[in-house]
Amino acid sequence: MLFDVLIIGGGIVGCAIARELSRYRLEVALCEKEVEVGFGTTKANSGIIHGGHHAAPETLKGRLEWEGNQLWDDLAADLGFGFARVGELTVALHEEQLPVLDRLLHHAAVKRIPGVERWEPARIRSEEPALSHDILAAVYAPTTAVVNPYEACYALAENAVQNGVTLLTGLPVRRLHQKDDLWEVVTPGAYLASRFVINAAGLYADVIAAMAGVQTFTIHPRKGEEYLLDKRLRGLVKRVIFPCPSPVSKGILIIPTYDGTIMVGPTAEDVHDRTDLTTSARGAQTVFDAVRRLAPGIHEKDVIAQFAGLRAAADGEDFIIGPTAKRGFINVAGIQSPGLTAAPAIARRVVELLRDERLKLELRDDFIAKRPAPIHFAALSTQEQIALALRDPRYRRIVCRCEIVTEGEVLDAIARGACTLDGVKFRTRAGMGRCQGGFCTIRCMELLARARQLPMTAVTKRGPGSWLVCARTEEEKASAT
Amino acid sequence: MITSNPRHLRGSYDVIVVGGGPAGLEAAVAAQEAGADHVLVVDREPEAGGILLQCIHCGFGLHRFGEELTGPEYAQRVVKQALAHRIDIVTDAFVLDIDLQRRVKLMTREEGVSLVEARAVVLAMGARERTRAAARIPGARPAGVFTAGMAQRLVNLYGWLPGRRAAILGSGDIGLIMARRLTLEGVEVAGVFELMPHPNGLNRNIVQCLHDFDIPLHLSTTVVEIHGHNRVEKVTVAPVDGDLRPQMERAWEVECDTLLVSIGLIPENELSEQLRLRMDPVTRGPVVTSAMECSLNGVFACGNVVHIHDLVDFVSAEAMLAGRSAGLFAIGAPLRPDNVRLLPGENVAYCVPHTISTEREHTVYMRTRRILEGCRLRLVAPDGRIVYEKRLRYVFPAEMVNLKLKPAILQHFHDDALRIDIVGRSAER
Amino acid sequence: MGEIVTVRYLCIGCPLGCRLEVDEDLEEHAIVEVRGFSCRRGKEYAIQEHTAPQRMVTTTVAIDKARWARLPVRTSRPAPKDKVLEICRALRTVRVSAPIASGDIIVRNVLNTGVNIIATRDMVEWASPQNIEA
Repeated sequence: MLFDVLIIGGGIVGCAIARELSRYRLEVALCEKEVEVGFGTTKANSGIIHGGHHAAPETLKGRLEWEGNQLWDDLAADLGFGFARVGELTVALHEEQLPVLDRLLHHAAVKRIPGVERWEPARIRSEEPALSHDILAAVYAPTTAVVNPYEACYALAENAVQNGVTLLTGLPVRRLHQKDDLWEVVTPGAYLASRFVINAAGLYADVIAAMAGVQTFTIHPRKGEEYLLDKRLRGLVKRVIFPCPSPVSKGILIIPTYDGTIMVGPTAEDVHDRTDLTTSARGAQTVFDAVRRLAPGIHEKDVIAQFAGLRAAADGEDFIIGPTAKRGFINVAGIQSPGLTAAPAIARRVVELLRDERLKLELRDDFIAKRPAPIHFAALSTQEQIALALRDPRYRRIVCRCEIVTEGEVLDAIARGACTLDGVKFRTRAGMGRCQGGFCTIRCMELLARARQLPMTAVTKRGPGSWLVCARTEEEKASAT
Repeated sequence: MITSNPRHLRGSYDVIVVGGGPAGLEAAVAAQEAGADHVLVVDREPEAGGILLQCIHCGFGLHRFGEELTGPEYAQRVVKQALAHRIDIVTDAFVLDIDLQRRVKLMTREEGVSLVEARAVVLAMGARERTRAAARIPGARPAGVFTAGMAQRLVNLYGWLPGRRAAILGSGDIGLIMARRLTLEGVEVAGVFELMPHPNGLNRNIVQCLHDFDIPLHLSTTVVEIHGHNRVEKVTVAPVDGDLRPQMERAWEVECDTLLVSIGLIPENELSEQLRLRMDPVTRGPVVTSAMECSLNGVFACGNVVHIHDLVDFVSAEAMLAGRSAGLFAIGAPLRPDNVRLLPGENVAYCVPHTISTEREHTVYMRTRRILEGCRLRLVAPDGRIVYEKRLRYVFPAEMVNLKLKPAILQHFHDDALRIDIVGRSAER
Repeated sequence: MGEIVTVRYLCIGCPLGCRLEVDEDLEEHAIVEVRGFSCRRGKEYAIQEHTAPQRMVTTTVAIDKARWARLPVRTSRPAPKDKVLEICRALRTVRVSAPIASGDIIVRNVLNTGVNIIATRDMVEWASPQNIEA
């Protein structure tokens, strides 16, 4: 298969680029090694669209952060995923942190970010009563928002496919060869060729760059553990709460996620293994020690889920976006925080880079900008629920009772591309609630097996090797004799 | 067995029971016997009977039916009893919401979403299992970590094996029973690991589920890390010290592709929380009167939704009480008030009901915090006077203590609160 | 009198879990002494468990045309303990078809133990085994 542009990596960045490129008359492919998009760093992202004032204006990420921030309202409206500008508070607990607040105010002034202001304790207490009384001052930014990062990723990928992008999942890139004006992309299942290759491979961006013969940077995985709290704590804080940031991390936050559940984290720990997604007792302690200083009412006993993600930090800590010594090979690497925020702006930048590289860009007149939003039954009014259930019997059975997810939503998620239990979970929330799939896992497995015509033994949690059941009891018995 | 029986839902019912396990079904029958004409039981599963349908082992019904039954046999009896009483049962259905006027937002396969009025509501949703996250077991997040109940469902109803070699965390009865079930179905059980210094399940299950099959039980030992990127590959286990802190230097690894987590049940109280019922932080269920009425008039609760029982027989007893009260409330008969609060005292974790009347007979259920021998259970007045004392040979946290309180005991008691203490020799071993 | 061996049992009568000890004369095949019990039932249990241990066996067999893939069954009365695994193995090849009623005999006189295997629930005939409407 021959493409104009082939993107390696189906995280939020690769999907945003794919969707942006799908506006043009181009043959575009997105190549992802996992069986679904968004299964790497994106899935474990905190889901914050940063206010724009954290990163210094002179850095690339500082510019793309604010630029990206402003693109999210339209993106969410067009692609039908949840997005809420909840605002944030960065709080100072010690005298020596006060200059950090001044710096944030300065960034905001330089970037002309509206509404960023300093709050004194009285205001903080009346707006966020759960916060510690030890807080000396805070910087409030109304521009900060929350999304479900995987939802945004799925929406971008889906819309890109709607507009003709070829989505190739479960296809790791093994080798890259430059031959004349073409890049040959060798994968286990398919031989692909493309004029341009965009390296959006996240944690593996340096490996891909090395395949292209331009290893100019190294990725240093930095682990972040996150802890999701029981929904009875919903509303504990209304805004995202940041401590004053340190040089390597924005610190451990209290995040009112888009779904309303409170999440705390992430830690920041440099690790060597790019597959190390383990959580640790130490990580939990770090998180809860830190957040208790911000909000004393938060307790470990309320944890309903824990997970870890790896940030793809590059040497120098800034984003690496640009052409390389090898013509046609473009890096989009080192996209750590605020990478989610910046993703739409990164995608636009990549389009400009391709234009600079003399790729002919003609807007398509049949571009479909809007994706029909998936139905979230629990978010509908009673009248809407009644009407929907009346019209479509698939919305008359609850699959996940903690999060009130209907069979119709699960089937819709499968139709939109979910092929694993995690794919269903991240699209519908089935299995994300208190019981963590204790009740709905088997139903989701059955629905996947039926819709995708798989045997139950082939249904997986997140791809090859993550099987859930191994045999029929009677088969096992027969073979055991 | 049985699926939905009413052809059409009524617009209003005397009593709507949420949950079609033993608690809900017994409550429905009792409500009808108390005078409620129209009683509806709503269950989310394809058939009524509750979690007992997957508990295929014996040990149920000695108190309720005077004989030892398997779970499905017990379930079938209560279902048949409900059908004989012409109770409406709707399965594959779900209560989405209940408002303060007891309007129930109901989802059914036949009619979609509808609003149905109830004069009285009985909450009988049962319990869910504590998960790996609730125990905060660190490590990777591979496939192959199941709650014991989910594994039980997979094996006993669906006929699927969850793996080839399993480790089990938690020595409660469900964990022990699953150790035997997996063994009988050809899955190797590497061991059962229990954080506490004593097993949490019945001795019968220790003997018949573990000893019979030479399955090792490691007390004072817990799972400290799960390994495996895609599927469980092994777990690290470590002994714990007296403060339950893992001693990592003595840790070892157990090869397995499956980890069953059996670390307790939590009342399923989504609806109770939506209704803003007053909750007991220890039981994590609603606070109830001796009539099993919650803090909202006309809302009753019974079974594992109120507190975790170890015998379904007591669930049945509690449910009959709740159902009778709901039935009486529905027909407008006044419920007689309580006049004494019960307070858990020394060594007592909780007691249910939370209030009683000095005029009537009650069964009070409680759990102790410690293993004690040669005990005295005391009812103590606010001034320290011992109102009643009863000897108990032993008490165990894993075994509910029942106290029959006759009006005669409280004949001359005029205060507003009674504290329950259980004192005895510590018998941790 | 021959050699005496001591065998230990955990009493299952109540949560006390008495550590029972049974002394047996190997030559005479006779119980010489039972220790460690704290009630009459404990002593009886020790003797029963030592001489002829029995277990109620509960398991499942494959079933067709039903809502579920497995039918729960039990032995009609306790079976000899050493036959438990063998009984379960024998049930591996058993496959029944709905409808089934609770109490139906699934296997008569399993392994010549004199014990029947009976269904422990009704299972009605079901058109589609998993009943999912895609």
